[in-house]
Amino acid sequence: MSDEQTPEPLRSLDARLKDARDRETEGSRARDQAGAPPKSALGLAFRVSVEILAALAVGVGIGWVLDRWLGTGPWLLVTFVLLGGAAGMLNVYRMARGFGYAAGYRKTDAKADNNEGT
Amino acid sequence: MAEAHSPLAQFDIKPLIPIRVGDLDLSFTNSSLFMVLTLVAASTFLVMGMRRHALVPGRWQSITELSYVFIANMVRDTVGAAGRPYFPFIFTVFMFVLFGNMWGMIPYSFTFTSHIIVTFAMAIVVFVGVTVIGFIKHKLHFLSFFMPPGVPLIMAPLLVPIEIISYLSRPISLSVRLFANMLAGHTLLKVFAGFVISLGLFGVVPLAFVVALTGLEIVIAFLQAFVFTILTCLYLNDALHLH
Repeated sequence: MSDEQTPEPLRSLDARLKDARDRETEGSRARDQAGAPPKSALGLAFRVSVEILAALAVGVGIGWVLDRWLGTGPWLLVTFVLLGGAAGMLNVYRMARGFGYAAGYRKTDAKADNNEGT
Repeated sequence: MAEAHSPLAQFDIKPLIPIRVGDLDLSFTNSSLFMVLTLVAASTFLVMGMRRHALVPGRWQSITELSYVFIANMVRDTVGAAGRPYFPFIFTVFMFVLFGNMWGMIPYSFTFTSHIIVTFAMAIVVFVGVTVIGFIKHKLHFLSFFMPPGVPLIMAPLLVPIEIISYLSRPISLSVRLFANMLAGHTLLKVFAGFVISLGLFGVVPLAFVVALTGLEIVIAFLQAFVFTILTCLYLNDALHLH
Protein backbone atom coordinates (compact mmCIF):
# COMPACT_ATOMS: atom_id res chain seq x y z
CA MET A 1 0.00 0.00 0.00
CA SER A 2 1.64 3.22 -1.16
CA ASP A 3 1.17 6.69 0.33
CA GLU A 4 -0.58 8.09 -2.74
CA GLN A 5 -3.44 5.66 -2.46
CA THR A 6 -6.27 7.15 -0.47
CA PRO A 7 -8.07 4.64 1.75
CA GLU A 8 -11.31 3.38 0.20
CA PRO A 9 -13.80 4.88 2.72
CA LEU A 10 -12.25 8.33 2.34
CA ARG A 11 -12.39 8.22 -1.43
CA SER A 12 -16.03 7.24 -1.37
CA LEU A 13 -16.59 10.00 1.20
CA ASP A 14 -15.51 12.52 -1.41
CA ALA A 15 -17.99 11.12 -3.89
CA ARG A 16 -20.72 11.07 -1.27
CA LEU A 17 -20.05 14.68 -0.30
CA LYS A 18 -20.23 15.70 -3.94
CA ASP A 19 -23.48 13.78 -4.30
CA ALA A 20 -24.94 15.55 -1.28
CA ARG A 21 -23.92 18.96 -2.62
CA ASP A 22 -25.33 18.16 -6.04
CA ARG A 23 -28.58 17.15 -4.43
CA GLU A 24 -28.74 20.46 -2.59
CA THR A 25 -28.44 22.44 -5.81
CA GLU A 26 -30.83 20.07 -7.50
CA GLY A 27 -33.29 20.89 -4.78
CA SER A 28 -33.81 24.44 -5.93
CA ARG A 29 -34.04 23.19 -9.50
CA ALA A 30 -36.85 20.81 -8.57
CA ARG A 31 -38.68 23.70 -6.97
CA ASP A 32 -38.28 25.80 -10.11
CA GLN A 33 -39.48 22.96 -12.29
CA ALA A 34 -42.57 22.50 -10.17
CA GLY A 35 -43.45 26.15 -10.69
CA ALA A 36 -42.56 26.19 -14.37
CA PRO A 37 -45.31 25.98 -16.99
CA PRO A 38 -46.11 22.44 -18.18
CA LYS A 39 -44.43 21.29 -21.34
CA SER A 40 -47.37 19.93 -23.34
CA ALA A 41 -49.70 22.43 -24.99
CA LEU A 42 -52.79 20.71 -23.60
CA GLY A 43 -51.42 20.79 -20.07
CA LEU A 44 -50.58 24.45 -20.45
CA ALA A 45 -54.03 25.34 -21.79
CA PHE A 46 -55.69 23.38 -18.99
CA ARG A 47 -53.61 25.01 -16.32
CA VAL A 48 -54.15 28.54 -17.67
CA SER A 49 -57.91 28.04 -17.81
CA VAL A 50 -58.03 26.57 -14.31
CA GLU A 51 -56.01 29.48 -12.93
CA ILE A 52 -58.22 32.14 -14.53
CA LEU A 53 -61.46 30.38 -13.65
CA ALA A 54 -60.45 29.76 -10.04
CA ALA A 55 -59.55 33.40 -9.46
CA LEU A 56 -62.72 34.58 -11.22
CA ALA A 57 -64.84 32.20 -9.15
CA VAL A 58 -63.33 33.56 -5.94
CA GLY A 59 -63.96 37.14 -7.14
CA VAL A 60 -67.59 36.40 -8.03
CA GLY A 61 -68.08 34.59 -4.72
CA ILE A 62 -66.70 37.42 -2.60
CA GLY A 63 -68.61 40.08 -4.54
CA TRP A 64 -71.89 38.19 -4.41
CA VAL A 65 -71.67 37.44 -0.69
CA LEU A 66 -70.67 41.03 0.17
CA ASP A 67 -73.51 42.38 -1.99
CA ARG A 68 -76.05 40.19 -0.24
CA TRP A 69 -74.65 41.08 3.14
CA LEU A 70 -74.34 44.85 2.63
CA GLY A 71 -77.19 45.23 0.15
CA THR A 72 -75.08 47.36 -2.17
CA GLY A 73 -76.74 46.35 -5.40
CA PRO A 74 -74.54 44.89 -8.09
CA TRP A 75 -71.60 47.22 -7.51
CA LEU A 76 -69.37 45.10 -5.30
CA LEU A 77 -70.01 42.12 -7.58
CA VAL A 78 -68.86 44.16 -10.57
CA THR A 79 -65.76 45.36 -8.69
CA PHE A 80 -64.78 41.91 -7.50
CA VAL A 81 -65.33 40.30 -10.90
CA LEU A 82 -62.80 42.77 -12.29
CA LEU A 83 -60.42 42.15 -9.38
CA GLY A 84 -60.86 38.40 -9.80
CA GLY A 85 -60.03 38.67 -13.48
CA ALA A 86 -56.94 40.67 -12.60
CA ALA A 87 -55.93 38.06 -10.02
CA GLY A 88 -56.41 35.33 -12.63
CA MET A 89 -54.18 37.20 -15.06
CA LEU A 90 -51.64 37.63 -12.27
CA ASN A 91 -51.70 33.87 -11.61
CA VAL A 92 -51.18 33.10 -15.28
CA TYR A 93 -48.41 35.67 -15.54
CA ARG A 94 -46.64 34.17 -12.55
CA MET A 95 -47.03 30.67 -13.94
CA ALA A 96 -45.69 31.74 -17.34
CA ARG A 97 -42.71 33.46 -15.77
CA GLY A 98 -42.04 30.41 -13.61
CA PHE A 99 -42.77 32.04 -10.26
CA GLY A 100 -44.86 29.06 -9.31
CA TYR A 101 -47.83 29.76 -7.13
CA ALA A 102 -46.11 32.01 -4.68
CA ALA A 103 -47.88 35.21 -3.94
CA GLY A 104 -45.34 37.98 -3.75
CA TYR A 105 -42.22 38.48 -5.76
CA ARG A 106 -39.48 36.60 -3.94
CA LYS A 107 -37.93 35.41 -7.14
CA THR A 108 -37.97 38.79 -8.87
CA ASP A 109 -35.93 40.24 -6.04
CA ALA A 110 -33.15 37.81 -6.80
CA LYS A 111 -33.46 38.45 -10.50
CA ALA A 112 -33.90 42.20 -10.34
CA ASP A 113 -30.22 42.78 -9.63
CA ASN A 114 -29.21 40.79 -12.68
CA ASN A 115 -31.70 42.53 -14.92
CA GLU A 116 -30.63 45.98 -13.87
CA GLY A 117 -27.07 45.19 -14.82
CA THR A 118 -27.94 44.04 -18.33
CA MET B 1 -81.77 1.09 -19.44
CA ALA B 2 -80.13 3.89 -21.42
CA GLU B 3 -78.93 5.78 -18.40
CA ALA B 4 -77.26 2.65 -17.05
CA HIS B 5 -74.90 2.79 -20.02
CA SER B 6 -74.29 6.50 -19.77
CA PRO B 7 -70.59 7.36 -19.51
CA LEU B 8 -71.46 9.38 -16.42
CA ALA B 9 -73.22 6.54 -14.59
CA GLN B 10 -69.90 5.51 -13.08
CA PHE B 11 -69.87 8.68 -10.99
CA ASP B 12 -73.25 8.02 -9.34
CA ILE B 13 -73.20 7.99 -5.57
CA LYS B 14 -75.13 4.96 -4.30
CA PRO B 15 -75.86 4.61 -0.60
CA LEU B 16 -74.87 1.13 0.56
CA ILE B 17 -75.81 1.41 4.24
CA PRO B 18 -78.37 4.21 4.75
CA ILE B 19 -77.71 6.19 7.91
CA ARG B 20 -79.78 9.22 8.82
CA VAL B 21 -78.97 11.51 11.70
CA GLY B 22 -81.75 14.06 12.00
CA ASP B 23 -81.90 15.79 8.62
CA LEU B 24 -78.38 14.75 7.70
CA ASP B 25 -77.79 11.97 5.22
CA LEU B 26 -74.72 10.21 6.55
CA SER B 27 -75.14 7.06 4.48
CA PHE B 28 -72.18 4.83 3.89
CA THR B 29 -71.92 5.18 0.11
CA ASN B 30 -69.82 3.55 -2.59
CA SER B 31 -67.59 6.62 -2.30
CA SER B 32 -67.04 5.94 1.40
CA LEU B 33 -66.47 2.28 0.65
CA PHE B 34 -63.65 3.10 -1.74
CA MET B 35 -62.12 5.56 0.69
CA VAL B 36 -62.04 2.79 3.29
CA LEU B 37 -60.59 0.42 0.68
CA THR B 38 -57.95 3.04 -0.11
CA LEU B 39 -57.01 3.29 3.55
CA VAL B 40 -56.85 -0.49 3.84
CA ALA B 41 -54.78 -0.84 0.67
CA ALA B 42 -52.34 1.94 1.58
CA SER B 43 -51.93 0.68 5.15
CA THR B 44 -51.47 -2.90 3.97
CA PHE B 45 -48.96 -1.77 1.39
CA LEU B 46 -46.87 0.09 3.94
CA VAL B 47 -47.25 -2.09 7.03
CA MET B 48 -46.90 -5.43 5.28
CA GLY B 49 -44.07 -4.09 3.15
CA MET B 50 -42.09 -3.13 6.22
CA ARG B 51 -43.10 -6.18 8.28
CA ARG B 52 -39.83 -8.01 7.80
CA HIS B 53 -37.74 -4.79 7.62
CA ALA B 54 -34.76 -6.70 6.32
CA LEU B 55 -31.47 -4.91 5.87
CA VAL B 56 -31.45 -6.00 2.24
CA PRO B 57 -35.00 -5.24 1.13
CA GLY B 58 -37.06 -7.56 -1.01
CA ARG B 59 -39.24 -6.34 -3.88
CA TRP B 60 -42.18 -5.24 -1.78
CA GLN B 61 -40.04 -3.54 0.83
CA SER B 62 -38.09 -1.78 -1.94
CA ILE B 63 -41.27 -0.24 -3.32
CA THR B 64 -42.33 0.83 0.15
CA GLU B 65 -38.97 2.43 0.85
CA LEU B 66 -38.94 3.97 -2.61
CA SER B 67 -42.25 5.71 -2.02
CA TYR B 68 -41.00 6.96 1.35
CA VAL B 69 -37.77 8.31 -0.13
CA PHE B 70 -39.65 9.81 -3.08
CA ILE B 71 -41.81 11.98 -0.83
CA ALA B 72 -38.99 12.65 1.64
CA ASN B 73 -36.87 14.02 -1.19
CA MET B 74 -39.79 16.06 -2.50
CA VAL B 75 -40.34 17.65 0.91
CA ARG B 76 -36.64 18.37 1.32
CA ASP B 77 -36.28 19.80 -2.20
CA THR B 78 -39.31 22.06 -2.03
CA VAL B 79 -39.59 23.03 1.64
CA GLY B 80 -36.12 22.29 3.03
CA ALA B 81 -35.28 21.17 6.53
CA ALA B 82 -38.17 23.19 7.98
CA GLY B 83 -40.59 20.84 6.25
CA ARG B 84 -39.55 17.71 8.16
CA PRO B 85 -42.30 17.96 10.83
CA TYR B 86 -44.95 18.03 8.10
CA PHE B 87 -43.66 14.97 6.28
CA PRO B 88 -46.22 12.53 7.80
CA PHE B 89 -49.12 14.65 6.61
CA ILE B 90 -47.71 15.13 3.11
CA PHE B 91 -46.92 11.44 2.80
CA THR B 92 -50.45 10.57 3.89
CA VAL B 93 -51.96 12.96 1.35
CA PHE B 94 -49.84 11.45 -1.41
CA MET B 95 -50.69 7.87 -0.49
CA PHE B 96 -54.40 8.61 -0.14
CA VAL B 97 -54.71 10.37 -3.49
CA LEU B 98 -52.46 7.86 -5.28
CA PHE B 99 -54.25 4.78 -3.98
CA GLY B 100 -57.63 6.42 -4.53
CA ASN B 101 -56.73 7.13 -8.14
CA MET B 102 -55.36 3.62 -8.62
CA TRP B 103 -58.45 1.95 -7.16
CA GLY B 104 -60.39 3.93 -9.72
CA MET B 105 -58.41 2.31 -12.52
CA ILE B 106 -59.85 -1.10 -11.69
CA PRO B 107 -62.94 -1.73 -13.86
CA TYR B 108 -66.31 -1.47 -12.04
CA SER B 109 -64.73 0.43 -9.17
CA PHE B 110 -65.54 3.95 -8.08
CA THR B 111 -63.11 6.88 -8.29
CA PHE B 112 -63.78 9.14 -5.33
CA THR B 113 -61.20 11.67 -6.54
CA SER B 114 -63.49 12.39 -9.50
CA HIS B 115 -65.88 14.21 -7.16
CA ILE B 116 -65.01 17.84 -6.60
CA ILE B 117 -66.34 17.87 -3.07
CA VAL B 118 -63.78 15.23 -2.07
CA THR B 119 -60.82 16.97 -3.68
CA PHE B 120 -62.03 20.36 -2.48
CA ALA B 121 -62.34 19.11 1.09
CA MET B 122 -58.74 17.89 0.94
CA ALA B 123 -57.58 21.15 -0.66
CA ILE B 124 -59.35 23.29 1.93
CA VAL B 125 -57.74 21.27 4.75
CA VAL B 126 -54.34 21.92 3.17
CA PHE B 127 -55.17 25.58 2.59
CA VAL B 128 -56.48 26.30 6.09
CA GLY B 129 -53.68 24.29 7.67
CA VAL B 130 -50.99 26.12 5.72
CA THR B 131 -52.54 29.51 6.52
CA VAL B 132 -52.71 28.68 10.24
CA ILE B 133 -49.08 27.49 10.19
CA GLY B 134 -48.11 30.75 8.47
CA PHE B 135 -49.85 32.82 11.14
CA ILE B 136 -48.32 30.76 13.97
CA LYS B 137 -44.80 31.04 12.53
CA HIS B 138 -44.88 34.69 11.52
CA LYS B 139 -47.73 36.16 13.60
CA LEU B 140 -49.13 39.18 11.76
CA HIS B 141 -46.05 39.42 9.53
CA PHE B 142 -47.77 36.76 7.47
CA LEU B 143 -50.01 39.52 6.13
CA SER B 144 -46.98 41.02 4.36
CA PHE B 145 -47.53 38.10 2.00
CA PHE B 146 -50.22 40.20 0.34
CA MET B 147 -48.12 43.33 0.01
CA PRO B 148 -45.02 42.58 -2.04
CA PRO B 149 -41.97 44.66 -1.12
CA GLY B 150 -41.11 47.60 -3.35
CA VAL B 151 -44.69 48.39 -4.30
CA PRO B 152 -45.71 52.05 -3.96
CA LEU B 153 -48.19 52.55 -1.12
CA ILE B 154 -50.69 54.16 -3.48
CA MET B 155 -51.06 50.83 -5.29
CA ALA B 156 -51.94 48.96 -2.10
CA PRO B 157 -55.75 49.38 -2.25
CA LEU B 158 -55.74 47.76 -5.69
CA LEU B 159 -52.97 45.21 -5.22
CA VAL B 160 -53.88 43.80 -1.81
CA PRO B 161 -57.38 42.61 -2.86
CA ILE B 162 -55.91 41.11 -6.03
CA GLU B 163 -53.26 39.25 -4.04
CA ILE B 164 -55.86 38.03 -1.55
CA ILE B 165 -58.11 36.75 -4.35
CA SER B 166 -55.08 35.11 -5.94
CA TYR B 167 -54.30 33.44 -2.61
CA LEU B 168 -57.90 32.34 -2.07
CA SER B 169 -58.01 30.81 -5.55
CA ARG B 170 -55.36 28.28 -4.52
CA PRO B 171 -57.62 25.60 -3.01
CA ILE B 172 -59.94 25.89 -6.01
CA SER B 173 -57.21 25.44 -8.61
CA LEU B 174 -55.67 22.68 -6.48
CA SER B 175 -58.90 20.71 -6.25
CA VAL B 176 -60.18 21.41 -9.76
CA ARG B 177 -56.98 20.11 -11.32
CA LEU B 178 -57.23 16.68 -9.66
CA PHE B 179 -61.01 16.37 -10.02
CA ALA B 180 -61.16 17.49 -13.67
CA ASN B 181 -58.35 15.18 -14.74
CA MET B 182 -59.97 12.15 -13.14
CA LEU B 183 -63.46 13.05 -14.35
CA ALA B 184 -62.38 13.72 -17.93
CA GLY B 185 -60.18 10.65 -18.16
CA HIS B 186 -62.77 8.22 -16.83
CA THR B 187 -65.54 9.71 -18.96
CA LEU B 188 -63.35 9.41 -22.04
CA LEU B 189 -62.62 5.77 -21.24
CA LYS B 190 -66.33 4.98 -20.92
CA VAL B 191 -67.23 6.87 -24.12
CA PHE B 192 -64.68 4.91 -26.14
CA ALA B 193 -65.69 1.67 -24.48
CA GLY B 194 -69.25 2.40 -25.59
CA PHE B 195 -68.09 2.59 -29.23
CA VAL B 196 -66.58 -0.89 -29.06
CA ILE B 197 -69.95 -2.66 -29.10
CA SER B 198 -71.85 -0.27 -31.35
CA LEU B 199 -69.23 -0.38 -34.13
CA GLY B 200 -69.35 -4.16 -34.37
CA LEU B 201 -66.32 -5.49 -36.22
CA PHE B 202 -64.70 -2.08 -36.42
CA GLY B 203 -64.87 -1.92 -32.65
CA VAL B 204 -61.29 -3.13 -32.64
CA VAL B 205 -60.16 0.45 -33.29
CA PRO B 206 -61.79 2.01 -30.21
CA LEU B 207 -60.77 -1.08 -28.22
CA ALA B 208 -57.13 -0.39 -29.04
CA PHE B 209 -57.75 3.19 -28.08
CA VAL B 210 -59.19 2.18 -24.72
CA VAL B 211 -56.16 0.02 -24.03
CA ALA B 212 -53.82 2.92 -24.81
CA LEU B 213 -55.97 5.34 -22.81
CA THR B 214 -55.93 3.02 -19.81
CA GLY B 215 -52.15 3.17 -19.80
CA LEU B 216 -52.31 6.95 -20.09
CA GLU B 217 -54.86 7.12 -17.28
CA ILE B 218 -52.56 5.18 -14.95
CA VAL B 219 -49.82 7.69 -15.70
CA ILE B 220 -52.25 10.57 -15.05
CA ALA B 221 -53.44 8.94 -11.82
CA PHE B 222 -49.86 8.93 -10.56
CA LEU B 223 -49.05 12.36 -11.99
CA GLN B 224 -52.06 14.04 -10.40
CA ALA B 225 -51.24 12.54 -7.01
CA PHE B 226 -47.73 13.90 -7.49
CA VAL B 227 -48.98 17.35 -8.55
CA PHE B 228 -51.39 17.54 -5.62
CA THR B 229 -48.59 16.66 -3.22
CA ILE B 230 -45.96 18.97 -4.67
CA LEU B 231 -48.40 21.89 -4.66
CA THR B 232 -49.10 21.16 -1.00
CA CYS B 233 -45.33 21.33 -0.42
CA LEU B 234 -45.04 24.60 -2.34
CA TYR B 235 -47.86 26.21 -0.36
CA LEU B 236 -46.25 25.01 2.85
CA ASN B 237 -42.94 26.45 1.69
CA ASP B 238 -44.57 29.84 1.08
CA ALA B 239 -46.03 29.83 4.58
CA LEU B 240 -42.80 28.76 6.29
CA HIS B 241 -40.42 31.01 4.36
CA LEU B 242 -41.82 34.47 3.89
CA HIS B 243 -39.95 36.72 1.52
